[in-house]
Amino acid sequence: VNINTTKIISLLFFIFSVFYLYTAYQIQVFAFDENAPFNARTFPIYLGYAGLFFSGLKLILPDPNTIKVEHKYLEYKKTGILVIIAIIYGATILKVGYFLTTSLFLFASYYFLGERRWILMFILSFPFVAAFMYLLHGVLNIYLRDPFLQSIGVMG
Amino acid sequence: MIEGILIGLTTALTFQNILMVMVGCFFGTIIGMLPGLGPMTAIALMIPITYGFDPATGLILMAGVYYGAVFGGSTSSILLNAPGVPGTVATSFDGYPMAQQGKAGKALAIAAWSSFAGGTLSAIYLLFMAPSLSKVSLSFRSPDYFALMILGLTAIAAFSSKGQFLKAMMMVVLGLMLASVGQDSLSDITRFTFNNMNLTDGISFVLVVMATFAMSEALTIILKRNDPTSAAKQVSLTELGSIKINKEERTKMYKTIPRNDPTSAAKQVPRSSVIGFLIGVLPGAGATIASFLAYGMERNVVSDEEKEKFGKGSVNGLSAPETANNAACSGSFVPMLTLGNSRKWNNSCNVRVHS
Repeated sequence: VNINTTKIISLLFFIFSVFYLYTAYQIQVFAFDENAPFNARTFPIYLGYAGLFFSGLKLILPDPNTIKVEHKYLEYKKTGILVIIAIIYGATILKVGYFLTTSLFLFASYYFLGERRWILMFILSFPFVAAFMYLLHGVLNIYLRDPFLQSIGVMG
Repeated sequence: MIEGILIGLTTALTFQNILMVMVGCFFGTIIGMLPGLGPMTAIALMIPITYGFDPATGLILMAGVYYGAVFGGSTSSILLNAPGVPGTVATSFDGYPMAQQGKAGKALAIAAWSSFAGGTLSAIYLLFMAPSLSKVSLSFRSPDYFALMILGLTAIAAFSSKGQFLKAMMMVVLGLMLASVGQDSLSDITRFTFNNMNLTDGISFVLVVMATFAMSEALTIILKRNDPTSAAKQVSLTELGSIKINKEERTKMYKTIPRNDPTSAAKQVPRSSVIGFLIGVLPGAGATIASFLAYGMERNVVSDEEKEKFGKGSVNGLSAPETANNAACSGSFVPMLTLGNSRKWNNSCNVRVHS
């Protein structure tokens, strides 16, 4: 199947620019700044129009750069699952903490990518994350918030 | 002046200070290699260690860490397509394709030599031009910075390949849109935060770089893991290959235009080191802008045949930004050493040691 990815990206960017422009008009500025030649919403509004202009132009103008995609070789299911796991990871890391979420994220990723060597999967998730966390938090003194480890008394 | 240089040389060549440079470069390189941790983290970590040293030794250690961290970023750019620091984003344009061709060792060697050459040449510029350039650095005002940023953005035209200008401009606008998230610097009004406190400070550049380079690369590898052509690329990525730079590549690094060409005096490494140093002198600009401008300039200077290779593993495309980002490190010492001006984030810690 021939797909022109540039046209798809242009369409997505056009939709994003519409949303951006709408949000730019909603920016609240100070009353005395409302009619100023340059206020907090001026630049975003221009950017929104620029986005519409460039993406619209790219959509309209002919683009011969189509690429042939062999769907039978592409792993849509595994990629989709990994994206979902990554979103769950991002949504939970602040509430649960770095250690548990990162370990589970890695473990789940290895599993869905087809790895079945359980001991290796365990070593490359929990102890590996613990060692990395010790390097950052313990040695390099880079603070990592971890409510889970705090709740079980490992972290102060 | 000569007397001052000799005094500085005597101080720099003591056993303790040479050891500090080596230790600093080693730790800086290690930290710079970790995607997301850059020179700022590395220098901040070293501050408590420097309290026990005299100012010169502390400054030398910090400088070693700074240079090491910027160089270390290129390793993850080349091997993982995940730039360790923003200044090495341009390095990944040609470094990663070289690694995909099984030339990772060669790409690392070119990056190391270019960084060394850029850093050394710019240290010489620093020695002789610091006092005069400090005045230039102070004379830069908002309109000048605006002009510099416009110049940086127009360099996008140089990056985009034939017929891809509109696509490049779309990405420029997207980058500016992402930069507009957070507090407005003039009025402090929050924009596009959707009442989320985490967005008030804006979106970190390193975060965007990691998301666009590392994450997309990881997903592409998974998506195409059964694709025969993609699988071949991944096999070649695991092979480091030779680190030896052959004569042709050496020629490309130091002499991009044939000798019989009237413009052959312009050599790649000195050229990129000059642009890197001059951009580095300006407070607020730095290794990132320097490396992008050097990449864009190099692409316009080389022959049409070489230009076609840019983005596909060009030696010039790798060497130019690597030279410039290390040269910018020396340039950033000009406002700091001559004026105590620490507006550049990387150097604020160095000023503390210096004072």
